[in-house]
Amino acid sequence: MAENGDPVLRLTGLNKSFGAVHVLHDVDFTLRLGEVMALVGDNGAGKSTLIKCIAGIHPIDSGQIEFDGRPVTIDGPRTASELGIEVVYQDLALADNLDIVQNMFLGRERRTGIVLDEASMEESAREVLARLSVRTVKSVRQQVSSLSGGQRQTVAIAKAALWESKVVILDEPTAALGVAQTRQVLNLVRRLADSGHAVVLISHNMNDVFEVADRITALYLGRVAADVARSEVTHGQVVELITAGRSGDLGLAPTTAAESI
Amino acid sequence: MSTDIPSQKDAAMKLADSDFATDRREHDVKSAVQDYWNKIKSGELGALPAILGLISLVILFTALKPDTFLSKANLANLSTQALPITILAMGLVFVLLVGEIDLAAGVASGLSAAVMAKLLVDGGQPWYVTIISAIATGIVIGTVIGWLVAVLRIPSFVVTLAFFLGLQGITLRLIGEGGTVPVRDDVIVAIATKNMPIWLGWTLAAACSIGYTATLLLRWRRQRVRGLHSKPLEFVIAQSAVVAAALLISTYVLSQDRAPSPLITLGGIPWGVLLVGILLIVCTFVLGRTAYGRHIYAVGGNAEAARRAGINVTRIRISVFMIGSGMAAVSGIVAASRLNSVATDAGGGNTLLYAVGAAVIGGTSLFGGRGKARDAVLGGLVIAIIENGLGLLGTKAYLSFLITGVVLLLAATMDALARRRRSSAGR
Repeated sequence: MAENGDPVLRLTGLNKSFGAVHVLHDVDFTLRLGEVMALVGDNGAGKSTLIKCIAGIHPIDSGQIEFDGRPVTIDGPRTASELGIEVVYQDLALADNLDIVQNMFLGRERRTGIVLDEASMEESAREVLARLSVRTVKSVRQQVSSLSGGQRQTVAIAKAALWESKVVILDEPTAALGVAQTRQVLNLVRRLADSGHAVVLISHNMNDVFEVADRITALYLGRVAADVARSEVTHGQVVELITAGRSGDLGLAPTTAAESI
Repeated sequence: MSTDIPSQKDAAMKLADSDFATDRREHDVKSAVQDYWNKIKSGELGALPAILGLISLVILFTALKPDTFLSKANLANLSTQALPITILAMGLVFVLLVGEIDLAAGVASGLSAAVMAKLLVDGGQPWYVTIISAIATGIVIGTVIGWLVAVLRIPSFVVTLAFFLGLQGITLRLIGEGGTVPVRDDVIVAIATKNMPIWLGWTLAAACSIGYTATLLLRWRRQRVRGLHSKPLEFVIAQSAVVAAALLISTYVLSQDRAPSPLITLGGIPWGVLLVGILLIVCTFVLGRTAYGRHIYAVGGNAEAARRAGINVTRIRISVFMIGSGMAAVSGIVAASRLNSVATDAGGGNTLLYAVGAAVIGGTSLFGGRGKARDAVLGGLVIAIIENGLGLLGTKAYLSFLITGVVLLLAATMDALARRRRSSAGR
């Protein structure tokens, strides 16, 4: 049984180029169960590419991926979800005309014979929402079209948590939300980690990052500028890491940072 | 840390359960009525417009033509008049659900019927071979349309408009200019013109009523026992009572002797009604209870979400066109059976628009993602009543066209308005 704090996904020396453009340089990235890892970086720093490599959308050029201590090759989205990696994209990918349970099980419906097993799906959906203490949903049989933005995000995240997933990647989950809804979603992110998932949070909002993250990885022009515990850095340092690739004695060596440009 | 999470999982479960205070698993009548009213206000009209339309049309035509409209013979005629439209519309529901349109379904039904008639008359084939060939013709047409729409991503409007023209040409070539092929095979003619024995009609009606009620009650019990979302028992009973009453009353009406002369007896439910009943049950099951049906709704609601969920969107799109055209072929066979012949203009003209109108009046959305198989039956009845009633009134052809056009436009307007309401009610 895996314990909180065990590394679940470890990338070492990951490289990825698109044609002549070298997007990721020797990236090392480790995720631990029960931890929220914030992935920060300016536009074009390589956050999305890194996520897509983990999710199996882009094949990697070189480097190693270890999952649960064994080396794996992720050659497609299917392999990633079989390993237990779930991505919640910014545009939520929920079908408006289906209810919450139907959305959570979309594409992976349980059935007995050829008939859908609605009862067991509803029970499991309820259980996951209860585990994550989701308290804003009126009924699990509500259509998604009647939900607010925060509630939709909640459903999308709960959907990722449903699949015995170990790694849940959230792409800017609070970008389009108001203050109260952001609070709901951040609480949910915390509970997701506390219930034993490794969570990656991509965000541009430093307040969000400092509120829920345990560790922060800053990318600068395709390199990992720093991988630090949240308690060891300040807002200002993280902003410098994002914009300049270094801050005091943290970050890339001055020559490397300059070279990358 | 800003969150306070109970350390024990059990405590978390309890806390969450109490926070589900608004997630009522069992509803009493009051809250269920309230929910239903909220649904209607937010644009989820369901079968309501079709049922209200049916009732008002019956009242209207009974008032205008008190002797003929509700006569036994006319009601029986009405039930067979609605058959081809209903079957065509039921196939179209699948296509509309994924947000596409099939303008060629009407002429596909005509061509399939022409293939059947030609094989009967010129080929001398037995009825089952001709029926299978007709349905196969429909499915082949659907496959080609589906491939062009789903793989090449040509808008279905354009593809099926092209097929609408092209298939009429093939039918014309097959039958010959201005010609008509008679259909005299006993079995095929019986579909829309012969009636089942009266005892069989009553047995089937009783069996369906009991089966429907039992299914609803068993589901309700299972939901109650496992603590799932369920409707109040009163609703379940009312729903089964309405369906059972509709079935038994129609059976009673159709079982009366409607022969024009006292020398013969003519009564019973037309066999075609049984065919529609079977198709309705099968389609409702496929759409509501199978993963395939769920995926059709998902593709219509958000194709990108469906794709990311691992659903093969292309295959779903092709398959709905196959079902749509396959059902169109069945509709063509029934129409040929009713008219005892296939003409070059079979399935042309306004056949298709009647069927689209039927689906939309029944509650299927033109924007995809919303609709049920029963919409085709309710809407098909509405269209058939309009056609039948206007015929009894001796309305001039130009007026009939105008009235049917207005009804279709009204249904589409309601669909669009309901959709706007839904999107403003959400978020």
